[in-house]
Amino acid sequence: MALPMESPISFANVGQARWWQRGIFASQTGYVALALLMLLVAMHFASPYFFTEGNMQNVAKNFSFVAIATLGVTFVIITGGIDLSVGSMMCFSAMITSMVMSGLSTPGMPGASLFVHMAVDGRTVVANVPGLILFVAVAAGLATALIVGLFNGFCIAVLGLSSFVTTLGMLSIVRGLGYVVSNGRGSFPGGPDADYFYALTSGDVLGMPAPFIYLVILALAMAIVLHHTTFGRHVFALGGNEKAAELTGVPVVRVKIEVYVICALAAGLQGIIISGWLGSAPANMATSYELNVIAAAVIGGANLAGGVGGPLGAIIGCVLLEVIRNGLVLAQVSSYWQQTLVGVIIILAVLVDRIRSRML
Amino acid sequence: MVTAAADGQPVLELTDIGKEFGAIRALRGVDLQIFPGEVVGLMGDNGAGKSTLVKIIAGNFLPSHGEIRFEGKTVHFHRPVDARAVGIEVVYQDLALADNLTAAANVFLGRELKRSFGPFSFLDHKAMAARALELFSELRSETRPHHLVKQMSGGQRQAVAIARTRLSKAKLVLMDEPTAAISVRQVEQVLSLIHRLKEQGVAVMLISHRMPDVFAVCDRVVVMRRGEKKANKPIRDTSPEEVTALITGAKEAA
Repeated sequence: MALPMESPISFANVGQARWWQRGIFASQTGYVALALLMLLVAMHFASPYFFTEGNMQNVAKNFSFVAIATLGVTFVIITGGIDLSVGSMMCFSAMITSMVMSGLSTPGMPGASLFVHMAVDGRTVVANVPGLILFVAVAAGLATALIVGLFNGFCIAVLGLSSFVTTLGMLSIVRGLGYVVSNGRGSFPGGPDADYFYALTSGDVLGMPAPFIYLVILALAMAIVLHHTTFGRHVFALGGNEKAAELTGVPVVRVKIEVYVICALAAGLQGIIISGWLGSAPANMATSYELNVIAAAVIGGANLAGGVGGPLGAIIGCVLLEVIRNGLVLAQVSSYWQQTLVGVIIILAVLVDRIRSRML
Repeated sequence: MVTAAADGQPVLELTDIGKEFGAIRALRGVDLQIFPGEVVGLMGDNGAGKSTLVKIIAGNFLPSHGEIRFEGKTVHFHRPVDARAVGIEVVYQDLALADNLTAAANVFLGRELKRSFGPFSFLDHKAMAARALELFSELRSETRPHHLVKQMSGGQRQAVAIARTRLSKAKLVLMDEPTAAISVRQVEQVLSLIHRLKEQGVAVMLISHRMPDVFAVCDRVVVMRRGEKKANKPIRDTSPEEVTALITGAKEAA
């Protein structure tokens, strides 16, 4: 029902914000990106090895190992929640994947006859369909993550428990289950599909590490989802004002469950990729990684109070942490300093943003 | 001023509405009818039951007893979305805005415009911004659709909240203190908007503490005191003094 307009509206009192006062330039992500650039330049002068191809590949690989999980946890943080179970989730998914993979590849194990048969020499195991075991194993690992994510989401969105407490409990539950199913031993991806597994998780494509390529694809997808879909809009609305979101008809419960599922799946995928690089899934894998992941997200500009964050920030946070780690190694600084410095940077990043928003 | 079509069908009809919160009786035996194109002022002191009544109509919670009929049909609103589905729009006192989103995003929150590309559907930013700008212009508010609500003045925020009610063909608009936080000039705008809603046959329920606003736009004033309806009078048959007396209890009922 359009009302007749008496005259076009004028913006006599409301100016346009300057380009440097809005968008990425006025965000913590922008400032941290600037700091990262300066750090890269400084590293270039501090160590001639820093900008070599080998070291760059190393850096890219290493930050990709936490960045995918950081993307996931960023979704949760934007809604104003937190997920502390990502570290345990990484380990558990990796473990399930490698156990399923080696189980299905061992003749005599239940179900294995569907997937493998013995070669004529009686010693080599041959896959019936190459790649199928890998697919089933990864699907099993991700399905485990899906269940954990659904459980987290159910407790938080439907039962109304706090996300901190729920996922703190889940951190312990999932880690414990990891020890139970593996009996405390690690598990190893094995069988005829193991080569594909290693190629997909720690291989290179055109000189770029595979995890880095997954990261870029997932980050682009996340950017589109957050800014160009209804779901993304609702994720931000939930973090901005949950009550308003509910009153205006945003399906709050569904969106909440979905973000915890996304987070668990990202962590699961991350764990599977890490286990490919490690060549095993030890039961103590990725212990306390949740702290690195959350630290990276916060440094990159995700606000723990909710409503702010994005894939670019998540990646920049991860890169910054990795460049510092890498830089300290190259500069032959004791690795004990690393953790201290990371803590300083978390506080500095948030502090700079606070000062900026007071001044502008 | 157009008087209510007393012989027509009321858009909203409340019969014997009551609400208890545990031992507290917030509302008792409220009967109320609102007709299309009518502006009803709901007045009362703090704790008189105004907000409870509004929340029941808006679907925030169900009444403990009594019946709500909307356009002649009995309705039960379990959630605010249910009330919105039949054509009741609410401007909440705290405005229910997400600060971290733009004005346009807030206007369209929960009913975003989308465009489909194959199996995917994406937000139609352009259409939403254009429509939001149109709505802001109608409200004579200098609000840019892509600005963040966080950086806006009280009046602009109010405009965003009111613009939201104009998205769909609302039949009843509830406004909870729409003029409490805004400038004199913007009060004029909100009041003229209420006039325009009325011209289009939309019923408006204005909850306000500001006597001049109520007397400027309302056809009828309903006074609540201690959870009960104490008066229901055409505005031309009453005066600010009488309403004040009814609110405070100096005059028992009218």
